[in-house]
Amino acid sequence: MQTEILGIIATFALTLLIGIPLGSYMAKVFAGQRVWTNVLAPLEKLIYKLSGINPAEQMDWKQHLKAMLTINALWLVYGFFVLINQDKLPLNPDGNPAMSPHLAFNTIISFVVNCNLQHYSGESGVSYLVQHFILMFLHFVSAATGMAIAISFFKAFKEKTTAKLGNFWQHFTLSITRILLPIAVVVALILAFNGVPASYEGKDQIVSLQGDSVSISRGPAAPMVAIKHLGTNGGGWFGANSAHPLENPNYLTNMTEAIAQMIIPIAMVIAFGLFIGRKKLAWSIFGVMTVGFLLLLLPTLQSELGGNPNIAKMGITQTTGAMEGKEVRFGPAASAYWSTITTVVSTGSVNSMHDSTMPLTGLYQLLAMMINAIYGGCGVGLLNYFVYLVIAVFIAGLMVGRTPEFLGHKLEAREVKIAALVTLISPFLIMCGTALAAYTFTQYGQAPWEVAPSAWLNNPSFHGFSEMLYEVTSSNANNGSGFEGLGDNNTFWNVLTGFVLLFGRFIPIIGPLAIAGLLAKKKYIPESAGTLQIDTKTFALMTFTIIVILNALSYFPALALGPIAEYFTIIK
Amino acid sequence: MNMKKYLLPSIRITLVFTVILCVLYPLFISFAAKLSKGQGSGEKLELNGKVVGYKQLGQSFNKPQYFWGRPSAVNYNAAGSGGSNKGPTNADYLKEVNNRVDTLLKYHHGLQKSDIPAELITASGSGLDPNISVEGAKIQAKRIAQYRQIPLSKVMKLIDVQTEQPLLGLFGPSKINVLSLNIALDQISK
Repeated sequence: MQTEILGIIATFALTLLIGIPLGSYMAKVFAGQRVWTNVLAPLEKLIYKLSGINPAEQMDWKQHLKAMLTINALWLVYGFFVLINQDKLPLNPDGNPAMSPHLAFNTIISFVVNCNLQHYSGESGVSYLVQHFILMFLHFVSAATGMAIAISFFKAFKEKTTAKLGNFWQHFTLSITRILLPIAVVVALILAFNGVPASYEGKDQIVSLQGDSVSISRGPAAPMVAIKHLGTNGGGWFGANSAHPLENPNYLTNMTEAIAQMIIPIAMVIAFGLFIGRKKLAWSIFGVMTVGFLLLLLPTLQSELGGNPNIAKMGITQTTGAMEGKEVRFGPAASAYWSTITTVVSTGSVNSMHDSTMPLTGLYQLLAMMINAIYGGCGVGLLNYFVYLVIAVFIAGLMVGRTPEFLGHKLEAREVKIAALVTLISPFLIMCGTALAAYTFTQYGQAPWEVAPSAWLNNPSFHGFSEMLYEVTSSNANNGSGFEGLGDNNTFWNVLTGFVLLFGRFIPIIGPLAIAGLLAKKKYIPESAGTLQIDTKTFALMTFTIIVILNALSYFPALALGPIAEYFTIIK
Repeated sequence: MNMKKYLLPSIRITLVFTVILCVLYPLFISFAAKLSKGQGSGEKLELNGKVVGYKQLGQSFNKPQYFWGRPSAVNYNAAGSGGSNKGPTNADYLKEVNNRVDTLLKYHHGLQKSDIPAELITASGSGLDPNISVEGAKIQAKRIAQYRQIPLSKVMKLIDVQTEQPLLGLFGPSKINVLSLNIALDQISK
């Protein structure tokens, strides 16, 4: 038991020890300063040349968004056609069939938007070609998209007044060549040398010790599992994701994967502070995020380590904690820790099955995804946090009766309207999506579809409602984990979550960058005694309160119907 | 919007990165992994020169002469994977768990309910969990010793030898690999 707790403390400590220095490295890379990886400059030059890009060409915020949306649209179309034709394409040793159009629609959106909701199982649902050329490719580039926009966002606050936010293609390229790819190589090697397969062979057939014939799915998973964490993507090689022994064979790989998914989101915050020359602001953001993280982690640990009260009633002691859906080699502590990190940073990979976690654990997982800004996804976590900051500055401004200012720029009606819209879109999508699903389930349970809605749920009552709520929340947060008991590979869920994914990704990218771009063009107002300081402890508390109030108001009713109601059935 | 201005670079940069990320990167990892224990295809375990399984992947054991692993939602079919996804308050699920408790009590005389470790009555996340806890092996030792007609002390010693300690002795749980324990068992008594 003690070694299990020590294990997660060591994991978090290592995460910070790697993440924080990585942040100062990233700030230097983005600023074009001298770093040892400048040896890669010739490779980057070659990439620019082959792609016909002039990295010195400056773009404003609108041009950034146009470039970002164009290349994302291209990946959507290209990926969709590969998915529905994968059976006719090479590198398919297991002979897996083509995807249905609605599944391909959902899958390609899900991977382009860095969510990786998976309504298929890797073993039987995709070919090796798709795993590498579409899914793993998108692991890299969707993370790089988020980071590229985040860099443009940094640049908006570096200069006093500017319309020039750098070059999207350059940001995108550097995110891959200087950050994602080099770290992915290291992680992939650690995984491969600990037993994650990396060869291209198809299924193996063996006779087990007891004499049963077994076939075993394999494939070059190590390179994909590395970037799936590093890029906070989460889409795994095998159906069981990082609970699968070939995707996460031992405690060391578990620590490695857990660390890999947290370091870039943490580094982004540090890099932001260093890049714009406001270290104190970065530490205050980091502080609020870390407090939020611990407030979710500690009760999660308590709820999982206590075991399932219903099983305790049978006379079973559960000394280490609840074990349904968990793996012995990680134990309940590392599984609980993972369930928190994967929901706060929007990775969505799992090393245990969230559907089988305790009711309150489910509540914390949902809350983490609803807030979606505690460290958050690669690049986009900080953008989400920025929206909360804008709202906090606006409300604080109203309270003290001054025109609110953000880092020396007046925050006016237009910017606040955008922030309000971005804040409202999440509850709108989550509530309406879940309501639509619940309505269909109750009113059209027997509809003659390929899967009748009454057969969607794997669990009755409140927990069944949580399965639907979780699925929509995970889509909106671009998280990708699931209460996997939900029967989600059918037209209703593929289409519904497909649209939620699109809005849940692009509105929270476009909004913050637009605000930043608009602010950056305004006249710079030097700080005076009357300026609201946003890097103080008071303001950090203010932001924290805003985050809590906004989310509590938005989601409490839905949470009360799902995990909270289930919790009360278990303690009575 | 000037399509050409953004679309052409989009196509070209996609092609360039496809070569780097989808060909060069995985091939490099794949070649490097040839130096690892399982040559990048998964580490196999043998008995008398014959491959009997993958070290990382659990197998179905239900015969009385072998240590049993955990319940599996996919019946240890490694062509797929997954958990039960049963919620903690699901009545059908709790009944199933109760049945597993009864089965264990039936096959292990003198076993107390409070000695049953949780993992032996709950399904794993992957359905392919290769491990059980040390206690999970110890409660089965008497059954094995009786069935194989070997001294209990010998079986207990084997469990000790096969116990995998936490990482560096500090981090994570200690555990037993069921397949490798059963192979060792077959080696001392057929």
